[in-house]
Amino acid sequence: MNAGLMFFIQLVISGIALGCLYALIAVGFVLILKATDILNFAQGEVIMLSAFICYFLVTTFHLPFLLAILLTGIIAGLMGFVTERLVLRPMLGEPVFAVVMVTIGLSIFLRSMAGILFGHNNLVFPSPIPKEAVRMGGIVLSQTEIWLMLSTFVLITVFFIFFKYSRMGLAMRGTADDQDVALLMGISVKQVFALIWAVSFITAAVSGVFLANIMVINLGLTFVAISAFPAIILGGLESIPGAIIGGLAIGIIENLAGGYLDQIIGGGVKDVTPFVVLFLVLMIRPYGLFGKKEIERV
Amino acid sequence: MAIRSKTFRESYYEDIKLFKTIWIKSWIGLLLVVLAVLPLIGDPYIIYLINISCIATVAALGLNILTGFTGQISLGHAAFFAIGAYCTAIISSRFQLPFWICLPASGVVAACAGLLVGIPCLRLKGLYLAMATMSFGVVVEYVVITWDSVTKGVRGIGVPTLNLLGYPLDSNNKLYYFMIVLTALAIIAATNLMRTRVGRAFIAIRDRDIAAEVMGVSLTQYKVMAFAISSFYAGIAGGLYAYVMEYIHPEHFTFLLSVQYLAMIIVGGLGSILGSIFGAVFITVIPEFIKGLAQFLTLLFPAIEDKYDDGWNIAAFGLLIMLFLIFEPKGLSGIWTRIKTCFKNWPYTY
Repeated sequence: MNAGLMFFIQLVISGIALGCLYALIAVGFVLILKATDILNFAQGEVIMLSAFICYFLVTTFHLPFLLAILLTGIIAGLMGFVTERLVLRPMLGEPVFAVVMVTIGLSIFLRSMAGILFGHNNLVFPSPIPKEAVRMGGIVLSQTEIWLMLSTFVLITVFFIFFKYSRMGLAMRGTADDQDVALLMGISVKQVFALIWAVSFITAAVSGVFLANIMVINLGLTFVAISAFPAIILGGLESIPGAIIGGLAIGIIENLAGGYLDQIIGGGVKDVTPFVVLFLVLMIRPYGLFGKKEIERV
Repeated sequence: MAIRSKTFRESYYEDIKLFKTIWIKSWIGLLLVVLAVLPLIGDPYIIYLINISCIATVAALGLNILTGFTGQISLGHAAFFAIGAYCTAIISSRFQLPFWICLPASGVVAACAGLLVGIPCLRLKGLYLAMATMSFGVVVEYVVITWDSVTKGVRGIGVPTLNLLGYPLDSNNKLYYFMIVLTALAIIAATNLMRTRVGRAFIAIRDRDIAAEVMGVSLTQYKVMAFAISSFYAGIAGGLYAYVMEYIHPEHFTFLLSVQYLAMIIVGGLGSILGSIFGAVFITVIPEFIKGLAQFLTLLFPAIEDKYDDGWNIAAFGLLIMLFLIFEPKGLSGIWTRIKTCFKNWPYTY
């Protein structure tokens, strides 16, 4: 195989790994969006906070890695409950703009509080995953990337089964479909909302822990969540399979742009590509690949 | 809003008059007198704060026209502001052009950028629009940092002193009158705009865009117009910012700045000219207030010395946005109206 093709395949494969991360973050967004029609701009802060919490659990409290992940998940879930109860419940029935702004306010607040509490230094997570890369027929992948792909796959399967077969999952889908009808059918919409926020925050925590393994931990981690916006838009705001495919696509596009365009334009192309894609998708197909075109009535 | 008793209006024109009663005229006159003598007695730092508030007011007015009156969310206002600031900085430092070319040019360039965003965003609203404008902000930030040959990247640009007809405005006290006059012009222009057909069309679009279209308001025309006017204001504010700060750097124009402007119009009051002014001044002054509070607390509890940093201000913005949206969605101007009504009707409740 020639070197050019090899380079291309390498970029695509590591793009898929990055895309898995985006998909995971995007699923966190879409869960809330689907059930409650709220885009939670504070999702990135939850990811960053989880990374910090996991770091301190492992280093300061010397907990084993798996226990630390579990605890981080529980803390994130509790944060989800509290956020829903204190910040979003009073906003029920308010216009979209107000709700969006509340989550932006929350994100700014959480980020600066994290800065005050944890400082602005870069922390390096003592990753339990070995650093040696794995070679498969000339393609190099780090073990973290492999774990990332596996866990994304497992989590998404769990979500799929949960939404398809469990009673609560059905209740959530019902609520997402039509809140009034769900209420009439005896579903506790409040309970569903609280739970969906918790589940979404737990998803965010998982992606946060993986991010901590890949990058240094600092306040900038929130930016990665914003880079997942294009994934949600591409997938069409309210579709979980869409979010996954969108995430993978954005991961691959970003990596290819980084690999080829960086040499021409100069560094940093990788970071803006998702936003350029976002802009283009919004221009051409605003409701994404899998979204429904909304029909409005006065 | 309650009308003062014994006020009788006989025509619609009287209803939309700028200065409705003699009282409003005299209060505004008094305010102008206070503003005019302030630099003679005030501390230079207070004058600086007023200058910064003026810039914030102009930018917040622009954002309020777009978001508060027309209902189009913009999370990328800092981008237009940055375009204005860089335009002024580049033209005035490279070509030594006077301010009366630089400032309008900043406004026009920013307005063109507004058109560039506004036209493709016509089909979007709500969350989608928020994300599109936000990604525009990110892209502009990237361009400003990367396009080194024009913007000097992370080194920043120094801006020459504003020269008013051969008289250099090299200190904040000298810039003060210039800022006050321009801000007053901006406020009058915005208030007048809202009294016209255009302003009413904006409000109709905000309240129900489809209904507005049915009534004969061209959505395309007015939405694009709102984007252009709003970014024109932001561009002018950016130009003024460049003159006041004398040095600009990409770090001044982050996403946080966009949020700060949104905080201004939310705290001040969405869809209210007075609210934009209140909000801009309030958000500009609040860091000083927190700083003062921190110093006061340090006196009481010496243990917390040196714990104060910028993070607390930003946390306060976030908290303010949340609290105002949850408890007082009409913002400061809503509170103001309530207090006024309360005084007017005293001793009755209504």
